[in-house]
Amino acid sequence: MSAQDVLVLAETRGDALADVTFELLAAGRELARTTGGQVLAVLLGPGGAAYAPALAAADRIIAVDDPRLAEYSPEPFASALREVVEAEQPRAALIAATSIGWDVAPLLAARLDAPLATGCQAICPDGDGLMVTASFCGGKMTAECRVAASPAILMMLPGSYRPTGETGKGELEQRSPAAPLEPGAIAFEQWIYPEAGDVDITQQDVLIAVGRGIQQQDNVELAEELAQALGGAVCASRPVVDQGWLPATRQVGKSGMTVKPKLYLALGVSGAPEHQEGMKDAELIIAVNTDPKAPIFDVAHYGAEVDVLDLMPALGEAIAARKG
Amino acid sequence: MNIVVVVRQVPDLIEPLEIVPSGDALDLDAASFILNESDDHALEQALLLKESGGGSVTVVAIDFGDVDNTLYTAAAKGADRIVKIACDGDTPPAARDSAAVYAEAIKPLRAELVLVGVQAHDELDGGLSPFLAAALELPYVGVIRGVKAGDAPGTVAACKEFPGAVMARMNVKLPAVLGILGADQPPRYVPVSRIRGAMKTTQFEESAATLAAGELLLSVSRLYPPAPATRAEMLSGSEEEIAGRIAEILAEKGLVK
Repeated sequence: MSAQDVLVLAETRGDALADVTFELLAAGRELARTTGGQVLAVLLGPGGAAYAPALAAADRIIAVDDPRLAEYSPEPFASALREVVEAEQPRAALIAATSIGWDVAPLLAARLDAPLATGCQAICPDGDGLMVTASFCGGKMTAECRVAASPAILMMLPGSYRPTGETGKGELEQRSPAAPLEPGAIAFEQWIYPEAGDVDITQQDVLIAVGRGIQQQDNVELAEELAQALGGAVCASRPVVDQGWLPATRQVGKSGMTVKPKLYLALGVSGAPEHQEGMKDAELIIAVNTDPKAPIFDVAHYGAEVDVLDLMPALGEAIAARKG
Repeated sequence: MNIVVVVRQVPDLIEPLEIVPSGDALDLDAASFILNESDDHALEQALLLKESGGGSVTVVAIDFGDVDNTLYTAAAKGADRIVKIACDGDTPPAARDSAAVYAEAIKPLRAELVLVGVQAHDELDGGLSPFLAAALELPYVGVIRGVKAGDAPGTVAACKEFPGAVMARMNVKLPAVLGILGADQPPRYVPVSRIRGAMKTTQFEESAATLAAGELLLSVSRLYPPAPATRAEMLSGSEEEIAGRIAEILAEKGLVK
C-alpha cells in the first residue's frame, strides 16, 4: 500500500481480459515508474485468479470475489472497487472509458469525493498532483489539466497507450469484501445478443462507413451501391444507428464493433475517439468529410474534403469504369 | 410515472471552436450552442415512457447557452413542465457543481425516474448523471439504450449497451437515475409552428436552487487542437478527379475486382 501506487481496473470480455486492460497496465507502469510506486491490477468477479498469469504486467493482482460480482451491476461493483481503493490509497485509479467504466468511475469519485478526469490520453506527476492530457469536444480539442488530489480517478481513452510486454512482480492476492455486498436497486437480468441474420461487419474485407454527413436515411442506399460494387458492406458511426437508419449490428466504435478490414471508406464520419477505437487498425482508411479539422483525417491514410453526397455517385462511376 | 429530464446546451461542433486568449478555456462567446445529443435522447425516452404508461415529464435546465429555444422545443414535443435554474456566470459549471444544483432543483419534484444524457462532449470532469445520482442519493446505471416499464410495479427495464451490439437488461427499482445513450427511437421532429405555439403558451418555472462553486479538483491549464502524429494525404480536385484517384488507389491495392 503506497500513495505512489497506480491502480488499474481490469475488465474482461467473454473469457479473456479486454484489450484495454493491457493498455491501462502500460499507462500504469509508465506512471508508477515516475512516482516510484507499484502497479496494482484489480479484478472484480468470480474466478479472477485465473486471469493472473495474463496480468503479469502488474506488481500486485487483487482478485475480489463475491456472488454479487458474478454479473455486472453498478452498486456491487462500485462498492467492491471503493473498498480496494480505500484500503490501498493509490495515487491514481485508472479505469477505461467503457460501459462499466462510465458507471463505476464517477460513482467512485463521488463516494470518495475524489477528482475525476475523463478522456485521459496521457498522465504524468505534477508535484503532489497529476497532470493529465485529455481529449474532449469529440476529439477536436485537447486539454492539459491538473488534478489536485489523491486518489485521482482517471477515465482512460482506449487506444491511448500501447501494451509494452513489460512484466511486474505479478503477485496474486485473493480477497472477499469485508461485508457481503448489497445488491442495490439495479440488478442484472439477462444478456441480449444481436439477432442473427444480419451481415457480420467484423468479417468484411471492405467496409463503407456512413456518418452524420450522410444527412438522411435515403442516402444510405448510395453507400450500399458502393459497397456492392466493391464486394463489401455498409457500417456506421453511432449517430446513424441512433437515428435508426442502420441496425446496431452495423455500428463501429466503442459501443459497437471493432473492425480491421482491408478498406475502411469513411463517408461523412467525423471520427470521434469513440469511433476511432473501433476502426483505427484497418489496413487502408480513406476518409471523406467537409470539415478539414475532422479527427477522422488523423487516422486516415487518404482524405478528401468534399461533400460525400457529391462524391458517392462520382466514385460509383469511377469504380464501374475501372471494372470495365 | 413522474419523470424528470435534465437537458444541457453544448457548443455545436459543426462550428469552429475557439480558445480564449489566456489559452485555458473555450471561447464560449464565439460558440453556437445546441442541445446535448444524449440529453435529446433522454427527453425522447421520457416522452415515450409517458406515452406508453402515463405520467408527466418535467424538463430541468440551467439557464446557459441559449437554452430557451431548447426548452420551448421540449414543451412543443410534449414536456409538461419546464424548470429553469438561474446561472449568472458566463461559463457552464463543473459537473459536480451542476449535479449539486440540479439535485436541489429536482428534490422537490419528487421524481420517480430521472433521465440524463450519459455524456456531454464538453465535460472534462466526468459524467453529470452519476454525480447527480450521488447528490440525490439514488441508484444509478448509465450507457442505457432503451427503457421500458418493468415487469413489477415501481420498476423499469433498462438496456445497458456493451461492445458488439450486446445489451444487458437491467431491472431498476424506482426511484433511480439513468444515464441515457440512446432512446428506443430517434428524437422526434417537431414542426417550427408548434415550437412557436409553445413560445406563446409555455411558462418556465424558476427554481430556487442556486449554483455554488465547489472545491476545484481539476483545473485546465491549457487547451489546444490536437496535433496528430500522422495526417491523411489529402486528395484535391473536383469530385470526379477525387473519385478517380480513390478508384485508382483501390485498384492499386487490389480492391477493385
